[in-house]
Amino acid sequence: MTIHTDIRDGETRPLHQDKGGAPEVLYVPRYTGLQRVNHWITAILFTLLTLSGLAMFSPYLFSLTGLFGGGQATRAIHPWFGVALAVSFVFLFIRFWKLNIPNKDDVEWSKRIGDVVTNREDRLPELGKYNAGQKMVFWGQTALITVMLISGLMIWNTYFGGLTTIETQRWALLAHSLAAVIAIAIIVVHIYAGIWVRGTGRAMVRGTVTGGWAYRHHRKWFRQMAGGTVRKGSVDKRGS
Amino acid sequence: MADYSSLDIRQRSASTETPPEIRRQVEVAKLIDVSKCIGCKACQSACEEWNDLRDDVGVNTGNYQNPHDLTAKTWTLMRFEEYENPQTNHLEWLIRKDGCMHCTEPGCLKACPSPGAIVQYSNGIVDFIEENCIGCGYCVKGCPFNIPRISQTDHKAYKCTLCSDRVAVGQAPACAKACPTGSIMFGTKQAMIDQAQTRVEDLKSRGFEHAGLYDPAGVGGTHVMYVLHHADQPSLYSGLPNDPKISPLVAFWKGGAKVFGLAAMGFAAVAGFFHYVTAGPNEVAPEEEEEAVEMAEAKRRQNGGGEVRPH
Repeated sequence: MTIHTDIRDGETRPLHQDKGGAPEVLYVPRYTGLQRVNHWITAILFTLLTLSGLAMFSPYLFSLTGLFGGGQATRAIHPWFGVALAVSFVFLFIRFWKLNIPNKDDVEWSKRIGDVVTNREDRLPELGKYNAGQKMVFWGQTALITVMLISGLMIWNTYFGGLTTIETQRWALLAHSLAAVIAIAIIVVHIYAGIWVRGTGRAMVRGTVTGGWAYRHHRKWFRQMAGGTVRKGSVDKRGS
Repeated sequence: MADYSSLDIRQRSASTETPPEIRRQVEVAKLIDVSKCIGCKACQSACEEWNDLRDDVGVNTGNYQNPHDLTAKTWTLMRFEEYENPQTNHLEWLIRKDGCMHCTEPGCLKACPSPGAIVQYSNGIVDFIEENCIGCGYCVKGCPFNIPRISQTDHKAYKCTLCSDRVAVGQAPACAKACPTGSIMFGTKQAMIDQAQTRVEDLKSRGFEHAGLYDPAGVGGTHVMYVLHHADQPSLYSGLPNDPKISPLVAFWKGGAKVFGLAAMGFAAVAGFFHYVTAGPNEVAPEEEEEAVEMAEAKRRQNGGGEVRPH
């Protein structure tokens, strides 16, 4: 076993754990296969929408239309990606909205945002399945996708060009582009959080997190999970 | 129109390149003297004829105006307005030839996201280059005069070209050529302004004290101008805008929103990177894995369950 000393707190930690014998790691189910597929479909569509939408947002990014077979093809396919994403997101919303209702732990967590970004999780309250940041991503995307869906239909010239006045469509264009850039910025933070908080990607790829991850980041949820479902080894169907 | 003309380009949509600057073509303009128009629609026919367009046959709704609106195949349209002048009690038949105004600051060009789909030649003509058009309809929102139309056949935007192909070889637009009363005139912008002044003076001497030239400053002036008997109320003429300018919504969308958007997305990415190199990753300590196992075991004993089996 290699020992190294973390200069941040002066504590000594094993750098490489001896892997001989049974690994002392517990795996906690966090997402079902269907939930992961639902999430990834949404994520892929969001990426396609970002690339095709930004192509029409700024002349500097127009070359992105090449990814979709040219300007006309990009214009034609973008709204269909949007409709598909809206449908996919509705399922995510139905699965997860109850778990994203804010509570008083979220207030405390938000007040201690300084500790959050400096990795001092020992100073934070114990949390349920989601923290306030994750809830903000959820509700932020819910609101922004709603805005983009409605405004997007208004400016979908091929089918709905004549249904609203030009002045309404001007508002729709502005709302659509502002909502989009905010949504993209939120997703950038969302993806970064998955990189920053180690062990998170496993939840989205394998559906499980380690016990330590759950203990460290979502202890209240872990306590619930530790009771029964881990032992049974079953996968949680309700996502709670 | 196709961009095969010999005209130099002054502005090109969604482009960051500098257009050729060494030549300055003389600015041209079409002057439409509404007071001389008899509503014969020769201009409409000439436009269809020269541009080889045949719009669908419509229906009569008790009005001379036909078709009822500009379409992807009708680039110019006589609009007929019956106006009872409250001062004279006279019925005035205000007939205005509607079509692209060829603004000096074109809202369509500002809104267009496709490089080179809309150009402004250095003679002032604003032209749609359909090969580059992606059919998004942004030009429709950008235009303060409600001119561009998207074809349902090919999903491309169309409007009056001011016969840029004719002008490029020294000819007047087809509508001007066909007008039997000389109501549509074509020449350099300055010559048209001078011509308009003589017409305005004449109209004033005939009792139209508010006669004037319509060359709205809100869009930097236009390359299609009107002589109006009621220049104080342009909206009498089938809703000609009194003070047209690019909508502030479009200006913000294409200005501040774009800067804000690129900045917000860029900031999110840069902030993430610098957070990582300063705060570092948020890792689970080995002790936390152990504590998790212990906690799960304790729970299990509490619930009277079996042995914990980490896998």
